[in-house]
Amino acid sequence: MAEQQQNASNSGAYLIRGAAILGGAAEDLLIRDGLIAGRGQDLDAEGAGVRDATVIDARGLIALPGMVDIHTHLREPGREDAETVETGTRAAALGGYTAVHAMANSTPVADTAGVVEQVLTLGRTAGWVDVRPVGAVTVGLAGEQLAELGAMADSRAHVRVFSDDGICVSDPVLMRRALEYVKAFDGVVAQHAQEPRLTAGAQMNEGEVSAVLGLAGWPAVAEESIIARDVLLAQHVGSRLHVCHVSTAGSVEIIRWAKSRGVDVTAEVTPHHLWLTDDLARSYDPVYKVNPPLRTDADVQALRAGLADGTIDVVGTDHAPHPSEHKECEWAQAAMGMTGLETALSVVQHTMIETGLMGWADFARVTSTAPAAIGRVPDQGRPLEVGEPANVTLVDPAARWTVDPSKMATMGRNSPFAGRELPGQVVATFFKGHATVLNGELNTPYRYPADAVDAGPAGRP
Amino acid sequence: MKHLLSTEDLSRANAIRILDTAEEMAAVGDREVKKLPALRGRTVVNLFFEDSTRTRISFEAAAKRLSADVINFAAKGSSVSKGESLKDTAQTLAAMGADAVVIRHWASGAPHRLAATDWIDAAVINAGDGTHEHPTQALLDAFTMRRHWSKLAGTRSAGADLAGMRVAIAGDVLHSRVARSNVWLLRTLGAEVTLVAPPTLLPIGVEKWPCAVSYDLDETLEKGVDAMMMLRVQGERMNASFFPTTREYSRRWGFDDKRLRALDSLGLKDTIVMHPGPMNRGLEISSAAADSHRSTVLDQVRNGVSIRMAALYLLLSGDTREPAGPAFSAAAAAPATQAGAADMAAPYSHQESH
Repeated sequence: MAEQQQNASNSGAYLIRGAAILGGAAEDLLIRDGLIAGRGQDLDAEGAGVRDATVIDARGLIALPGMVDIHTHLREPGREDAETVETGTRAAALGGYTAVHAMANSTPVADTAGVVEQVLTLGRTAGWVDVRPVGAVTVGLAGEQLAELGAMADSRAHVRVFSDDGICVSDPVLMRRALEYVKAFDGVVAQHAQEPRLTAGAQMNEGEVSAVLGLAGWPAVAEESIIARDVLLAQHVGSRLHVCHVSTAGSVEIIRWAKSRGVDVTAEVTPHHLWLTDDLARSYDPVYKVNPPLRTDADVQALRAGLADGTIDVVGTDHAPHPSEHKECEWAQAAMGMTGLETALSVVQHTMIETGLMGWADFARVTSTAPAAIGRVPDQGRPLEVGEPANVTLVDPAARWTVDPSKMATMGRNSPFAGRELPGQVVATFFKGHATVLNGELNTPYRYPADAVDAGPAGRP
Repeated sequence: MKHLLSTEDLSRANAIRILDTAEEMAAVGDREVKKLPALRGRTVVNLFFEDSTRTRISFEAAAKRLSADVINFAAKGSSVSKGESLKDTAQTLAAMGADAVVIRHWASGAPHRLAATDWIDAAVINAGDGTHEHPTQALLDAFTMRRHWSKLAGTRSAGADLAGMRVAIAGDVLHSRVARSNVWLLRTLGAEVTLVAPPTLLPIGVEKWPCAVSYDLDETLEKGVDAMMMLRVQGERMNASFFPTTREYSRRWGFDDKRLRALDSLGLKDTIVMHPGPMNRGLEISSAAADSHRSTVLDQVRNGVSIRMAALYLLLSGDTREPAGPAFSAAAAAPATQAGAADMAAPYSHQESH
């Protein structure tokens, strides 16, 4: 019964002709029943036993494993005026994603099994990507008492990533306990590294530009000191640490040092920190206000080098939509955050691939394989091989487009890339073998079998 | 020049044009009838999101002397305190037909937002934004210094700059919009600026500013200073550990009686002592210094009205071009006697020729 429903609503078979797999040699991919059913030269759909396969001419396109975002704010429940799971995951699919990690700073906070299961169900009902709820580390993000991490881990949402993102777990004892506790279920603590006393009232990167603008500074040391502490804590207790949105050259150095000592630490960089600098604050336009703040060009270059050499493991969008009234105001009054799901691929292509720092296989690692591994997401970040789940993104690397936030699927209009011409466009996204995006436009969502919407990991009953 | 937002991007020509126009405006203040019809029928709104009676009445006097209609909008106790946004306030003022908005705001960059958005089309004058800038304060300070500097040189101040003048600015530079505006403007006018402050009250990045930095006030005085400007230090800084006690601050960075006497013993007989007000007597400046013949505190207040008249006049007179060249200074110096001066900053040529 479930099988029939799935077949009735999800698209059938696709034969992708001549896509460069991870930017390499052109091959055909056959997608059927949610899996990659064939890969090779001149695949014959009929011969492979697939009638009525939709043929996609993918010459000139690149086939990548579906992108996995380790850091997304979907705002629901609570701030449905900013974004909903439906709109945010539409944006994700259009951006080439097949999975996103929904951060815990919703209202109510995702600090109980009930809330993370609600987010899971909203994600499956939407059906555009795999929504992986992140659980809060502390009750209400208040930094005082551990949330029921075990209950969230054991829930249907199968939470493995825990974060108070937006707020730093600054208490060293609480951070130590969280790192220790998540070992019981192979979890990871994703830290928003920001020493709160050093950043009280902070508005932008502390440096040459903040001195001139008279905006309270957010010093690099406030991030670096927390990362230094946390990598040592992770080593001491033998646990797994993930550092969210690394933004400074000093942080890259500390993480490189920690990895050389064998600390089990992973790190993330946002697309905007790979490109934009604090000079943009000179406009006082709050579209450039974000946390951690835009830094200097020296930081940007160090982040790019760190991502290229593997010190930084993943690109995470920190997609943070806000209603316009939270940005159409004085800088100090404005909310922090930028949208990112629909521009991430292009910005990474611009900053990392077109600069020669990375190839598309590296891109697949930092946007799919590594984030899926950090989040312990089953069926995502897999190789594009026969028998693997068909989470696939097709990209036209030669495309050029101009960012127009009013045309985006996200409800947020706060893109710092508005008006910029970017390279690369997502042509199609396949989620569980179903085309969520075709010809660069939204197609239809994947429909889970009725009994899977409320089921366990990966939608398997 | 559509707006006056900062001195960082104020050209030398426009700076001197404002100073020269202010000289003419000052002459109006000496007349029996202290009023010009230049801005009759124009509406100037004083939009104050932060209390500052001194700055507000200075702008109010300036606008009234130019015959503008003045609306004072104090955001405290208004709809703004009930959550109305800057955008809605600006659009409301636009709908009421404001020609100029003089804005004082606790948030750095708020005047830039008004000028950069399409919320309101009026000319925007920054009357102090957060810890960013206070351009009319710097202009009135420069005006005061220029009069002093020209008098010493025995030359006319109109058209002149501050080349070679040694200016020390001491106090809480980190939180001071006055210091920022002065550093940029004094650089533009050719003065040599030294900032003197405890290291905790200097911004990270100050080393890139076009000025010298010292932690030692006595050493700075010994090197020679032509204008000594003291900045207000707010008592609440003490609670945030910027310095141990107000007494220690006063001993190391205050302009006290000892340092006032030091000016004499160092042979600096023409050095002036400045303060933007309001003063903390006994903290950053002693009473003897504030009341000495060297003090220009009241001149600064007086000159503030002239500078603000000049700024309002130049922004609202419709003359937004850069001045043509060096000939301008001479023309502006005596507009009433120059044929063809009507397109220059000549407030009373309108009055007298029409």
